[in-house]
Amino acid sequence: MSNSTRQGNAAVLDSPADLPVAKKGGHGHHHAAPLAGNPSVPFWTPGVVVLATLAACGLAVLAARLFFGLDAVTNLNDQYPWGIWIGVDVASGVALAAGGFTMAFIAHVLNIERYHVLVRPALLTAAIGYTFVGLGVAIDLGRYYNIWHMLVPSMWQGNSVLFEVGMCVMIYLTVLYIEFLPIVCERFMGRVNLPGVLGKLNGFLDGLLRILDRTLSKVMSVFIIAGVVLSCAHQSSLGSLMAIAPSKLYPLWHTPVLPLLFLLSAFAVGFSMAIFESILASRSFKRKPEMFVLSPLARMIPLLLVVYFAAKVIDLVNRDAWPLLFEFNTRAVMFWIEIVVGVVIPTFLFLSHRLRRHSGWLFTGATMVVFGVMLNRFNVFVTGYTPPYATERYYPMWTEIVLTVGMISLIVFLYRIWVFIFPVLPAEEEVGHA
Amino acid sequence: MVTRRDFLKITGTAAGTAALTAVGADASGPPLELDPDRFGVLTDTTICIGCRRCEWACAEQNNLPHGNLDTYGDTSVFEEMRRPTREAFTVVNRYSPPEGSSKPLDVKVQCLHCEHPACVSACIVGALEKSPKGPVVYDAWKCIGCRYCMIACPFQIPAYQYDNALTPKVMKCTMCAERTLGEGRAPACVEMCPPEALVFGRRSELLELAHARILENPGRYHPEVIGEHIAGGTSWLLLTDREPTEIDIPDLPDVSPATITETIQHGIFKGFSGPLMMFGILSVLMKSSSDRRKETEDENE
Repeated sequence: MSNSTRQGNAAVLDSPADLPVAKKGGHGHHHAAPLAGNPSVPFWTPGVVVLATLAACGLAVLAARLFFGLDAVTNLNDQYPWGIWIGVDVASGVALAAGGFTMAFIAHVLNIERYHVLVRPALLTAAIGYTFVGLGVAIDLGRYYNIWHMLVPSMWQGNSVLFEVGMCVMIYLTVLYIEFLPIVCERFMGRVNLPGVLGKLNGFLDGLLRILDRTLSKVMSVFIIAGVVLSCAHQSSLGSLMAIAPSKLYPLWHTPVLPLLFLLSAFAVGFSMAIFESILASRSFKRKPEMFVLSPLARMIPLLLVVYFAAKVIDLVNRDAWPLLFEFNTRAVMFWIEIVVGVVIPTFLFLSHRLRRHSGWLFTGATMVVFGVMLNRFNVFVTGYTPPYATERYYPMWTEIVLTVGMISLIVFLYRIWVFIFPVLPAEEEVGHA
Repeated sequence: MVTRRDFLKITGTAAGTAALTAVGADASGPPLELDPDRFGVLTDTTICIGCRRCEWACAEQNNLPHGNLDTYGDTSVFEEMRRPTREAFTVVNRYSPPEGSSKPLDVKVQCLHCEHPACVSACIVGALEKSPKGPVVYDAWKCIGCRYCMIACPFQIPAYQYDNALTPKVMKCTMCAERTLGEGRAPACVEMCPPEALVFGRRSELLELAHARILENPGRYHPEVIGEHIAGGTSWLLLTDREPTEIDIPDLPDVSPATITETIQHGIFKGFSGPLMMFGILSVLMKSSSDRRKETEDENE
């Protein structure tokens, strides 16, 4: 897509005074470049070594789970069949990958030029994120080797929310990989250089890449729209999952409008993740933060948060569940944190014209929204789950935490590998060195 | 050029569409036609003597670990409330005697075989099925082990073999489907029960029997057949002398929890109208925004 987009007039989402718009001459295409070969950004840093170590520990737990079963590495039991692997790795993972479809929506569907720089990083995060959502589910499945059963029409079960979530996620993951293909083409077109005998194939492969690239650019809009639709479908259905347990999910969270709340919060967290990632990447790669695009992006977040907040409040009042907010227990406290830290405070932060232009404050606000939505998913799937015959609370076993941390580390590690190899981040001459 | 107002309108419409289709859909009833002659079991807790022979018979029938029949006379297990586990599909719990009596109330616990089971509705691959004849049966071969059935069950019945690394199963009472469905024979627990506190038969007839007992013995029974309506009704019915919540039956509405999710799912995905509509809206939007961009670019050149 990116080679068809041009620097036209910046679309008006903000008053011009609000943003330092990047000025580029004439028909400047957005230009992304791989980081590899840039001597000022080494691949290995002490932080990356730590990441790799954590990822290795997570993989060790995964091996233990495969050999010794769920009982050996989790505190799951008949009272609590789902733990943090579902609540964090899967449910939060899906929410945090919402940057992919929200950025695709504003940059490609609404065609707002300035947001195009955010699409590739968001797409990469979504592609890696969803790959790990699938992996996270598989790790938690008792019979992971049967996961293909949901593709067999004779076993389709249309009443199952999980079936719909599973199908949507799988198709969306495929769409994400297809959306990423042009980046792979761009990386290798004109650079196919296989060694030795295989070198005879160079011209042929290059031709294939060019055909693929041309075909993709013609049909890509279909995939982009499909990606947005599929995302809205499964982001909301992820909330419907727990709607089936009205007597088990604490009333602060259980509501028939759970799918709507999940969708609204996915919008807000998609925007926030784009900011969070962009600033984090800028710091890690010693670049200037892309404030010219992040500030206007942040300006839209309060609106999304207020809509989400309003839906939550109306729902609590409507169901007469609000008195539970004032019962002093763990669940009420968790709910308050979710709302105050994740919604109210960032709304005010992002409303401030001055704070929006400050990368530190932007990062703080975005982190709070990300934290708030993660906590919401955690509450819906873990904290708020109150089975009728519970004799004890579920706390994750240390190995559950190690695996979760390991998977997140692995995601960040893979992101780093990918941006080093493929043209995902804007070329440095476009953003400048910090 | 896209203004913020446009953006608002669009996101609003998309969210609204999803919400409206979800709320506006009507609840579809049980997805399955149940046999009017379907089986059921009636547990009369006021007759149960707490001998726990049903537990032994169940374990024997289902190849679950168990000791000699004599060991089941041990009443010390009543000191704590037990739940069915992966090694015991049914357990008996003891409650204090009603006022003016010395005979405790013993309550057998097992899967109630809901008429509109949430576990079946939740199952991603149809490994759990409601037989039109009554039992809720499980096909381990289909199962992927997601344990969503356990989340969905309002009675917290299914147990899981977490300790099995390769072929774990969901474990729960099958109403001895291989006996009941195959030969029309009573489940092992029913056949074993010495005081005939358990009766196997057609659910409709068991309901009549239960209501007759309530009518004929005023004061002996709580005037409600547990399972007639709870959670949409269950194949297994209970008579008791007290409020259901006092024997730890959860306080549930008369509709299956599956009704909520099935309403939402069918509302949004019936004929894929919701997603298709959204696809259309987004396509129009994308086309018009790219047209406008081309116009502005042409003006600039």
